[in-house]
Amino acid sequence: MRHTISVLVENEFGVLARVAGLFSGRGFNIESLSVAPTLDPSISRMTIVTSGDDQILEQITKQLNKLIDTIKVIDFTGQNFVEREMAMVKVSAEENTRAEVLRIADIFRAKVVDVTARSYTIEVTGAPDKIDALIELLRPMGIKEIVRSGPVVLGRGPKGWRGAD
Amino acid sequence: MKKTGSQILLECLRLEGVETIFGYPGGTVINIYDDLMDSPIRHVLTRHEQAAVHAADGYARATGQVGVAIATSGPGATNTITGIATAYMDSIPLVIITGQVPTALIGNDAFQEADIIGITRPVTKHNYLVKDVKDLARIVKQAFYIARTGRPGPVLIDLPKDVQIASTRFEYPQTVELRGYKPTFSGNQRQVEKAAKMILAARKPVIYVGGGTTSSDASLELRTLAEMIQAPVTTTLMGMASFPKRHPLSLGMLGMHGTYYANMAVTNSDLLIAVGARFDDRVTGKIATFAPHAKIIHIDIDPTSIKKNVRVDLPIVGDLLEVLKSLVRALSEQPEAVRQLAEDLAPWRQEIGDWKQKHPMSYQASSTIIKPQLVIEKIRELTADDAIITTEVGQHQMWTAQFFDFSTPRTFLTSGGLGTMGFGLPAALGAQAAFPERQVIDISGDGSFQMNSQELATLVQYRLPVKIAILNNNFLGMVRQWQQLFFNRRYSQTCMELPIDFVKLAEAYGATGLRATRPDEVEAVIRQALETPGPVIMEFKIAREENVLPMVPAGAGLNEMVLAS
Repeated sequence: MRHTISVLVENEFGVLARVAGLFSGRGFNIESLSVAPTLDPSISRMTIVTSGDDQILEQITKQLNKLIDTIKVIDFTGQNFVEREMAMVKVSAEENTRAEVLRIADIFRAKVVDVTARSYTIEVTGAPDKIDALIELLRPMGIKEIVRSGPVVLGRGPKGWRGAD
Repeated sequence: MKKTGSQILLECLRLEGVETIFGYPGGTVINIYDDLMDSPIRHVLTRHEQAAVHAADGYARATGQVGVAIATSGPGATNTITGIATAYMDSIPLVIITGQVPTALIGNDAFQEADIIGITRPVTKHNYLVKDVKDLARIVKQAFYIARTGRPGPVLIDLPKDVQIASTRFEYPQTVELRGYKPTFSGNQRQVEKAAKMILAARKPVIYVGGGTTSSDASLELRTLAEMIQAPVTTTLMGMASFPKRHPLSLGMLGMHGTYYANMAVTNSDLLIAVGARFDDRVTGKIATFAPHAKIIHIDIDPTSIKKNVRVDLPIVGDLLEVLKSLVRALSEQPEAVRQLAEDLAPWRQEIGDWKQKHPMSYQASSTIIKPQLVIEKIRELTADDAIITTEVGQHQMWTAQFFDFSTPRTFLTSGGLGTMGFGLPAALGAQAAFPERQVIDISGDGSFQMNSQELATLVQYRLPVKIAILNNNFLGMVRQWQQLFFNRRYSQTCMELPIDFVKLAEAYGATGLRATRPDEVEAVIRQALETPGPVIMEFKIAREENVLPMVPAGAGLNEMVLAS
């Protein structure tokens, strides 16, 4: 089963290696990972997407918690949360497809962020399956290159986690 | 007043109460070694960095304090790995200091550079690269705190040469602030009460004790609990010395080379109370048939140990000392029920007694050839109760576990988790450095002994009177046993064909060498060794193809024991 986990860690060198090593050392897979500092610059927030059965996930969250540099671990599975991913897609835009690419982008509320005589680079944000859908539609036009940020998530509702209490 | 990094390091060690450290000098720790000459800290120069870490480990296991080892960068640092991994697997508190090339050269493939932080990440509880001398005091304080609290473990501090030379105002922090590290000490009270209820409902309980009992010095509380409910106690290799083997409730060790009655008791139990143990594969055998009828209560300070290998009905996370105390308290609030339980368990104790009678721990004695078990029994007989026994890894280790009646916590130092050959001699060195007056004996095999035999020099130089018993069968005996039982006696590369004269080897180092080749010489050799000042090697030429039995073949269930050859 797919799980999305947020990990708040000390913003220090080597922390990413500790987290990655924890997965690789046990043969667990990381499907995607995104990291950036939080409001408090001494804390970074990682969003990790992984999969496994309940026992594996329990080990993963426990092992993450065990790291000295880990401040908080939140497994969003079964919780109400907003999930967003960003992608940039460089797609060929020849004479006969330019208009169609723009139309598709428009439907997905994607933006053109770079344009040349033969290509568009399109920026899109949304849930991962929305991005999958856009990519499928653009594929016949000829995708030259693609980058996805991996999802980031926040829990729904008024409560927020702002920093170490 | 300003101090240099190396002065700060040594001052921090002193303030942490460190009296003895083990190490080996080199280019990137030369400043520390220079300042060491002005420090009250005693340094023991081992002959290999691996041995320095094992010695610090032995020191820590024997005393309960944090052991400290030091090594230079590059090969010095990489030589510590096996020592660190050994301590990590057995949850032993260590602080390891490694020198590092100057910060400006890190990553340049400088002379004697190794990314020791990267290399030790999976085998340390935590590690630090110190980039600024201003962080050093805080890091040392944290390192000791992390090493000794929670589930103990090794912490490594990598200290670049320029940071050792740089100076700053020294102030040792009074407290430790780690927002990501807050070990649970006292167990959840409701869980403890549930545990008491489960215990009172049990008819075939077994207490299963691991090394955590030693780590949290909870053997007294363990004994109180066991005696209170009159339940049998089995231990792992690591938990062995925390419950006296001669106690009527003791079942000895369980698992692959456990006693028949311990394995039968676990297999037939209806409640398993796991106390600071982690259900290692050498303990459980085949998981599917492990304690199939039992509910499991698992008490451990490390949440990751719980439900890692086996299903658990009631987890209690906390320090054993605290949890056992509150469990005993909860039970003593119901004295009548507890009295009734102790009585109701009589048939269970009877059943176990019958197993004990049917298959006691035994071996075929001989009047012509030395049986290794005889040597172990004689060493037990002739040494004090507080004698510290270390072992290497292999058959001699299992014979020691099976035939030595340990009774005092922290008297059995052995590499349980990693299974490190070459551990016992340097660990004995460390234990003897901590307790110069106590008897310290390394029980060894001829294979293991040769993995760190250079430490004889350290023993002689520092007048550490460790006695070494080599059970010599000219085989890598445990692997040979597997080859005999599971590979049709094809003894591939397990015969140590070159016979070593261990007596002469001892003499070459300035130690004493003794040898026994017949059973009637065993006692005299041990007596003579114990009376001889300084380190002594006792070489026992033992029955070459003696096996460690009982044995649960790897992957089999605990009730599928091989009892005789």
